Amino acid sequence: MSVLYDAPGPKTRRRHMIGGIVGGLVVAAVIGLIIWKLDQEGQFTDAYWAPFQNSGVWKNTLLPGLRYTVQAAVLAIALAVIFGLLLCSARLSIHPVIRIPGVIIIEFFRACPLLLMILFFYLAFGKTLGTLWPLVLGLMVYNGSVLAETFRAGINAVPRGEVEAGYSLGLVKSQVTRQILLPQATRAMLPAIISQCVVALKDTSLGFIISYEELIRRGKGIYESYYDIIPTGLVLAAMYITMNYSLSRVATYVEGRLRRRGQKTVKPDLGALALEDAVR
Amino acid sequence: MNVLRHNFGTILDGFRETIALTALSAVIAIVLGVVLAAMRVSPAPPLRWAGTSYVNIFRNTPLLLLFVLFVFGLPTVGVHASFFTRAIIALSLYTAAFVCEAVRSGINTVQAGQAEAARAIGMTFTQTLRYVVLPQAMRAAVPPIGSLLIALTRNSSVAEAFGTKEATYVLDSLGRDNASALYWIFGGIALGYIIICLAIAGGFRLLERHLAVGR
Amino acid sequence: MKFRLFAIGAAVAAIAVTTACGSSDDDKSSTKPDTKASFASGTTMAKLSSAGKITIGTKYDQPGIAYKDPATGDMGGFDVEMGRLIAAKLGIDKVDFKEVISKNREDFIKQGSVDFVIGSYSITDDRKQIVDFAGPYYVTGQQLLVAKDDDSIKGPEDLKGKKVCSVTGSTSIATVEEKYGANPVPFGTYTECVNQLTGGSVDAVTTDGAILLGYAAKQPDKLKVVGDAFSTENYGIGLKKGDTAFRTWINDQLDKSFTDGSWKKAFDDTLGKSGVSTPEPPKVDRY
Repeated sequence: MSVLYDAPGPKTRRRHMIGGIVGGLVVAAVIGLIIWKLDQEGQFTDAYWAPFQNSGVWKNTLLPGLRYTVQAAVLAIALAVIFGLLLCSARLSIHPVIRIPGVIIIEFFRACPLLLMILFFYLAFGKTLGTLWPLVLGLMVYNGSVLAETFRAGINAVPRGEVEAGYSLGLVKSQVTRQILLPQATRAMLPAIISQCVVALKDTSLGFIISYEELIRRGKGIYESYYDIIPTGLVLAAMYITMNYSLSRVATYVEGRLRRRGQKTVKPDLGALALEDAVR
Repeated sequence: MNVLRHNFGTILDGFRETIALTALSAVIAIVLGVVLAAMRVSPAPPLRWAGTSYVNIFRNTPLLLLFVLFVFGLPTVGVHASFFTRAIIALSLYTAAFVCEAVRSGINTVQAGQAEAARAIGMTFTQTLRYVVLPQAMRAAVPPIGSLLIALTRNSSVAEAFGTKEATYVLDSLGRDNASALYWIFGGIALGYIIICLAIAGGFRLLERHLAVGR
Repeated sequence: MKFRLFAIGAAVAAIAVTTACGSSDDDKSSTKPDTKASFASGTTMAKLSSAGKITIGTKYDQPGIAYKDPATGDMGGFDVEMGRLIAAKLGIDKVDFKEVISKNREDFIKQGSVDFVIGSYSITDDRKQIVDFAGPYYVTGQQLLVAKDDDSIKGPEDLKGKKVCSVTGSTSIATVEEKYGANPVPFGTYTECVNQLTGGSVDAVTTDGAILLGYAAKQPDKLKVVGDAFSTENYGIGLKKGDTAFRTWINDQLDKSFTDGSWKKAFDDTLGKSGVSTPEPPKVDRY
């Protein structure tokens, strides 16, 4: 970053200070304008924020919503890992009759909008499955396909020498995969998998459309009673940002530790809007 | 199959909305993203701080929450815009954060020597960015931006729950009325999205090849 | 590494198992239970009465009709009150409410997950093939909700070109678009529609008048229901098909509530708050 500008001399330092103050004032002005406008419309009155000081609201609505969100995300990621492993092994198979359908399935689920799939599963199977499982299924097929590609990248990241050494020792393909490739590949993919968890957490919010009682839907219940949409939205956003930011920090930490051990890591798939920066 | 044929016009209208949403949001997101990236690498700390905060906030918030905030919140503060406009605001603000990161990683791929040479001939920060670094950074950022636009197309389907009648809304309403033809409707609309995504992917690959420079 | 994987797997399984599929909620009935009630043995009434608890399927998100307060977790609304009335007549104090949505009402009744369903549940011949209905206890029809100071819309004829909001895929939205030339704006729930109405983004909201009255009751200074009903909806109580004894008994209780004032009280306490006068109770359909 510091490549772009030289170690500043006195004139530059003064210019930077002026520029910094001006820039700071502009940013402060923009934020101040937003807050002022919100205040004008009475968004900061006690009545609007009162629900969040009421512990009943937290106990009965928000915290259960958080639990449902995390529940759906955990289920979805766990199933997605399994689904992704299956898809990946199909994708890497030497038999085209398995490989080609694998490619088609992966690309199909990666191109389809997640909401479309969730709606489809709900309209088709909602009667028997309720609202949790269409959401989990939709998340599973999408994240599974993304993870399949990540797994593939992870396996390709293992140095070829390892695989060749395995074969030269007389190991069969499945043994090479299981005993040599997978352990190393898993370590390489760990940060990317954690980033994908963040994506899954964010996407559980789409359950709102099929009435799954996750966090955002619960928030709706609150502002429908108290008409405080902006405070509710801000509180919800704060909750999500805290959760996701912490998870990304975990991913960065893991990646850092792995890198110090000399392990090459896989970059997560940006096509999945994963957090590339978290893995830097 | 007949359902698809009878409602072909509705389905096309839906996709027209989808493409409009995607295209407009993409333009705004890319412009805003480049500005944010410039802010994040600038020497002025307040700008850096603002850029980083923006990215952290908008990357970690679900898109749906942003939609809820803008579609339901804007009228509360007196901003009256069409549902389409509100959807575009939500989509572009969200995607801009990711574009910023893609451009920033593009900036990081530019060799240090380029920036040093620019400084050596006396260019200021803005000039370095404008004439030397950004053009090369954007070239490196083209593939990730392509993926982001594909993701944007998929994210535009969230607008269906907020008064915008785009392609996923067509599935929602047709699917409820014609439950027996659900698989056909889903197949048709999924196919539409896949075509759009393939078109974007193909277009970007052409762009990449066009911009490729022998080194 | 292996142990960590196992621990993660166990944690995932534990979380998955605690999935509450459809939360039931304890409820303290506001009507005093009739402890003197006794029923013929073998009937559903006797079973429920001796068990001392009942599971009622209802909606959680329709203010004035069937609604769960997010702060307290308490249920409220006209249909909820009618449900509590029936439970009280069975001598039951503890009512468990379970959330149902339009899609799964018949399935829940068939599977026995709920003892009956009450909550803007319209009696239709199609549904009568799968479940039985007691009632109706309320008759309503499609109407319009507009801003209090909006006089340009007095009925469905005034809707041409106006932005009218309703729930995606509902018959209400199809009707106003096809029959009255309105500009349909679909959203996921009625409450979102009402939100857009108060924000000025749409001109009207349309669905069953009962549901609209619930919203008007919550904000009587901002909203009003206009126009005569342009369809007919009979709200009934859905129960297991073939349970004639239970159905007859519920119909008897409904008739009693029409005459002894408890039906009127339930209405005045809930939908009546919108300022509309109490309608005449309907005639129960004993088919």
